[in-house]
Formats: sequence, C-alpha cells, structure tokens
Amino acid sequence: MEENNKSTLKVSKIRDGIVIDHIDHGKALKVLSTLGISGGEEFTVSVLMNVKSKTMNSFKDVVKIERRVLKKVELDRISLVSPGATINIIKNFEIERKFKVEIPDSIIGIVKCSNQNCISNNKEPVSAEFRVESKNPLILRCVYCDRTMIQPEICHKI
Amino acid sequence: MLKQRDVVSVDDIETDEMFAIFELAKKYENLLKSGKRISDFESKIMATFFYEPSTRTRLSFESAMHRLGGSVLSVPEPKSSSAAKGETLADTMRMASAYSDIIVIRHPLDGSARLASKFSSVPVINGGDGSGQHPTQTLLDLYTMWKEFGGFDKLTITVLGDLKYGRTTHSLIRMLSRFKANVNLVSPDTLKMPEHVISALPKNFKVNVTGDLNAVLPKTDVLYVTRIQKERFVDPNEYQGVIGAYSINLETTQEMKKGSIIMHPLPRIDEITPDVDETVNARYFQQAANGVPVRMALISKMLGVN
Repeated sequence: MEENNKSTLKVSKIRDGIVIDHIDHGKALKVLSTLGISGGEEFTVSVLMNVKSKTMNSFKDVVKIERRVLKKVELDRISLVSPGATINIIKNFEIERKFKVEIPDSIIGIVKCSNQNCISNNKEPVSAEFRVESKNPLILRCVYCDRTMIQPEICHKI
Repeated sequence: MLKQRDVVSVDDIETDEMFAIFELAKKYENLLKSGKRISDFESKIMATFFYEPSTRTRLSFESAMHRLGGSVLSVPEPKSSSAAKGETLADTMRMASAYSDIIVIRHPLDGSARLASKFSSVPVINGGDGSGQHPTQTLLDLYTMWKEFGGFDKLTITVLGDLKYGRTTHSLIRMLSRFKANVNLVSPDTLKMPEHVISALPKNFKVNVTGDLNAVLPKTDVLYVTRIQKERFVDPNEYQGVIGAYSINLETTQEMKKGSIIMHPLPRIDEITPDVDETVNARYFQQAANGVPVRMALISKMLGVN
C-alpha cells in the first residue's frame, strides 16, 4: 500500500474547472502563458510535466485549473501550441465533457507573422491573419505576405 | 470577370481572363500604332500611390490610363503625403477610394496591396509589394512570351538571378505553374527562391533548382534575367558576396538555341552587358513597351468598359 502511494501522483482532483490533458511534453508552461495564467491568480493551478502517457506511449504534460472556463479563442491557442491536447470540463469532481482541441481553418489575431516586413506587423488596424495550409504538420500561411510558418516558430509568435 | 475585382496576386486572375487581357492588349497595341484616339474612360480617374521608386511601372500605368482617355491622380513623393504624418495605409486607401475609380499601389512592405484592397471600396492593383508579388509585371512578361511563342506548354523558361527578393520571379513562376512549362531556377545559393513560394505551387508542377546556367542554357527558350535587389538586403555583407555573381554577354547568347529570347523586368545594372541589346535574342525593351497595352487592357477589364 505504501509502495502504491509512492507511485501515485500527488495532485488532488479538482472540484470545478478544467483539466488540459495530453499536452505535448514540455509545453505546459507555454499553454499557461497563452491562457494568460502567470501564477498570481486566486485559483489553484496544478502543472504536471513529463508524465508517462498511457495512450501516447510517451511523456505528456497535464494542467489543472480550478474555477476557470475556456473561450473559443483560448481553445484555438492551445490547439496551435499542442494539437493533441484534450480538454476535460470538471463539475463537482466529475468529468462533465471531454473533447480534443481542434485547429481552426483560419487563425486571426492569435499568431504574429514572423516576417518583419509584413504589413500586419506595421501600425495598421488589422490583426495578423493566417490560412491553415496543413494541420499535420502544422503550416500557416499569412493572408497578407504569403509567408509560411511552422513549429516552433508558431509557438514563439503566439 | 475582372470587373470591380482587385488584382493583388496572380491568383486573382483566372487563366481565361489572362488570355482575354492578351487579346485586348493586342487590339490596343494596334490602335496605338494607328494613332487613333480612345475615349472610353473619359470620366474615370486612377489614383497611383508609389511609396517605392518606380520608373516603368508608374509611367506605363499612367500612360495606359491617359491613353484610354482617363485621368490620373498621383502623389509625387510619399514624403509629401499623409503617410509622412503617420497616417495608416488603411486610412489613405479609404480616402483615395472616394477620390478615384481605381487605385494602383507600390509599397515596400509585403502584403501592403492586400491590406489596401481590404480598405478600398474601388479596385486595387498591386504595383509591387516589398518582396511579395508583382502581378502586372507577370501579365506583360507572359504577354511577351505569348506573342513570341503562341503559348507556354512545353516552353523551357530559365529564371536567373535574385530569386529570393525578386518579386517579379515569384509572380512569374506562380502563373507559369498553371501550364506545362519547364522551369529552371538558377541563382547563387543565398538568393534561391524562398520555400514559401515553392510550397505554394501545385504539387505536380516541378521546378529544376540549379546553380549552373550553362547546363540548362542550350535547351532554354526564354532566359528571364533579374537584377540583384540591393535595397532589400538586410545584411550588406550578404549583398557584397553576390555582386557580379552572373552576367549575360555576347558569349552567353552564342550558347543559346535558335529562336530563344532574353527577357528582363528592368532596370538592369550589369547583369546583361549592353552589347546583348542588339542581338536577335534581346526582348527586354519590347517587354517594357508591352507594359502599356497590357495595363490598358487590365484597367479596361477591371473598370468593366470592355
């Protein structure tokens, strides 16, 4: 019994909130930063990094956030950082809904264009806009300058 | 049809629309030769915004509009426009579309023409955006080839020079990829065609990337030479490293096959020596002259008069 306890993760269940599971290992902190969570918030945030994944047969990260809901734009951001992530919505300790994030067909106002000479990086009243040219591997093409972006550049520009 | 649409990229022009432009350009060419006056566009106004230096593109657009009987409004120097006071391009375009029926813009930033088209209520023509695209140059380039060879299938086109920053080459191969043309891309290693341009081509369209002009020259029908775009180099040392990397001279023309031609979007610096100008291969001055009838035809289609 004691041996079993030693091998159990010491992160308790959350009552209400979200669990972001199957995050590519090493991306948990990036997921938090894209959600604007810096640690100074009043809700509990648990971060697990390099956890053995049963389904991925490799390592993953997991993030648990108490009393937080996700907007569509936040789901889109997570999908760009870690396309395989799953979202569990927790209500009263139970999984109310579980779904995979999905990369949208167009990305508006989330990623900045990596081409410094692109008009979207200038002082104009437009958001950077990309067409998703491929979801696996992820390739974005700027609607303005036509440049393509791949990982890890996309992550850096969120 | 092209009526009231923007032409920012070659993708904005369907293949049948391009050939319709060519047919009309041919008519305009004959009309210009006959000296007849055209007055179809008397009430139309074109506004031109050239935020970057231009000689041929600006003059041929303005000449085209005048030749159609229309008027041209232009800002002589970007420094004297509101852009110098910090006005956004978006606001300038909103204002300009209230003053004109069609807008031509050249701007140093990539994607600027696409942005302009979003804020203008009248059609916008891209006259060159940074190292992005130059669709009307492609129209007159292909018009020149079409007049010479009658089509593009089975034609071998060798594009030589600064393929990294040369926007005319980006638009050119994108349009050529619609045909069964053989394309050789010849450049110094540091000036290769960018991956984002290659990856946008149809998967079944193959280009031959090489640094060896001599290997592809004997089979070339069109040798398309470009200038090294000095103004777009971020690193001056990189520019120093490629100066004089290639030069087309009389000896080069002797290696070319019969009936082949040399084109260049101009201006040229020293990539084609002046003694080539008088050879049977040289077409670059005719190519530049074709700019007027082709742009007349494009304006005409976009304004919907013809």
